[in-house]
Amino acid sequence: MKKAIGNIFVGLMYFLLYVPLAVMVFFSFNSARSTSVFKGFSLKWYAELFSSSTTMTVLRNTLVLAVLSAVIATVVGTAAAIYIYYLRSPAWKSSINLVTNIPMMNPDIVTGVSLMLLFVFVGRLIGAANSLNFGTLLIAHITFNLPYVILNVLPKLNQTDPHLAEAAQDLGSTPTQAFFKVVLPSIMPGVTSGLLMAFTLSLDDFVISYYTTGSSYQTLPLYIFNIVKKPVKPDLYALFTLIFTTVLVFLLISNIMQMRSDKKNREKN
Amino acid sequence: MKKRSLLQRLIGAPYVLWAAIFIVVPLFIVLYYSFTDADGTFTFANIRELGDYKEILWISIEYSVIATVITLIVSYPFAYVMSRKREHTQRIMMLLVMVPMWMNLLILTYSWMNILEKNGLINTLLGMVHLPPLKLIETPGAVIFGMIYNYIPYMVLPIYSVMSKIDPSLLEAAEDLGSGSLSKLRRVILPLSVPGVVSGVTMVFVPSVSTFYISQKLGGKITLIGDVIERQIQAQNNYNLGAALSLVLMVLIVISMALMKKFAGDDGDNLYI
Repeated sequence: MKKAIGNIFVGLMYFLLYVPLAVMVFFSFNSARSTSVFKGFSLKWYAELFSSSTTMTVLRNTLVLAVLSAVIATVVGTAAAIYIYYLRSPAWKSSINLVTNIPMMNPDIVTGVSLMLLFVFVGRLIGAANSLNFGTLLIAHITFNLPYVILNVLPKLNQTDPHLAEAAQDLGSTPTQAFFKVVLPSIMPGVTSGLLMAFTLSLDDFVISYYTTGSSYQTLPLYIFNIVKKPVKPDLYALFTLIFTTVLVFLLISNIMQMRSDKKNREKN
Repeated sequence: MKKRSLLQRLIGAPYVLWAAIFIVVPLFIVLYYSFTDADGTFTFANIRELGDYKEILWISIEYSVIATVITLIVSYPFAYVMSRKREHTQRIMMLLVMVPMWMNLLILTYSWMNILEKNGLINTLLGMVHLPPLKLIETPGAVIFGMIYNYIPYMVLPIYSVMSKIDPSLLEAAEDLGSGSLSKLRRVILPLSVPGVVSGVTMVFVPSVSTFYISQKLGGKITLIGDVIERQIQAQNNYNLGAALSLVLMVLIVISMALMKKFAGDDGDNLYI
């Protein structure tokens, strides 16, 4: 009985969680423009989506920004994590950790506004007419991605055996070689998850981008926000239905792979 | 390691520099703008003007506290039920909680707009069965609901993650010592899940109190503190007042974090993410 109530409750929660997604998918196939009355099945919004050059530009912008900011943040952030790991001064270490936590604790709007004010301030100093552009947007994305990369890499470093790198050096490798052959491979899972997290955070970010981009560079979340016409056109629903499907397939595959490797590990033991 | 290589010493330089310029300096720039006017002369005018927004700040806090409390009340049993399932089921359930997180929150908010609108889905359905339409959108309820919906996964996941780590033998021990299910919950599960609750509450409250698109899309004329900042910066170009309001938001977050930390009994200086 108690179990049944629990299951009904959980079912209801999932229902609520997925209602807007279901509405989105359903009306992306509507033959009419309406998003509240279903007139019949059609794929015309999907066709329109791919023929719209604005949507395609926006999509490309979003991906370019996400890839660039994630890669740069991963390189700088991984290096930073290694630096923090080997730091000996506790005071310096805790102040760096504190600063790293700031972008994660601050509301996005504060991060966005503070960066924007910095760009405007510097822009005024050097007399630039337009202080916000792709460059400032990229800087902002790298800035909010960095803490998440560090957060993913540091625990992996703490798990690695410090004697491994020493052993490599005893066996004749230089510290640099020891790093690339021993330390880096053992923290690789953290680096990859940091990269992925940075990539998805960047794809999804609206608030910080809203304050730090110029009018010339629009990303998908900004584009959605700027649609003034109240009823969303079903072509956006079509786009997000495709994104939803991709996410679902991706998560399912990674889940199956995880299960397989778990099974293998269990068999080994 | 006795001697640090040059690599280890230089490796942190880019980040230290980056963090100094793009994390620390912007905070001082916010301070600078808060205490100057458009020409850069020192003034308290922005701070004095903050008084006009007391009510809006209060409403923002009220709405986001309500949203956070409701989110906690529904997420806790949800996470609990999830943590009692078979391992395989748990993984699928968790995946299903995460999928909406991967979707853009704006489009989901639009979808809710679509459902709750005057001529939206719910009212269309009501019309079909000849019931009068309901006023759903542009109400405080819609804004609070939007906050709950947007951030509920951020509450479920941390609570679930601490609950799934509770050693089942602890629960068995409690049973052996005569605990009923209620006292098991109160004396074992609840205390052990505090870190998850603390991190969930912060992760829901912070974005809720500072949101502006949820109130703009679902709230109609309802204005939250985030809306005021947005309008001052983007429409009025009043960077100074915008900065002062951001400062208020920062102070608010620091205070609420300190309160949470005190409540949680200060275990560790890192956020649980």
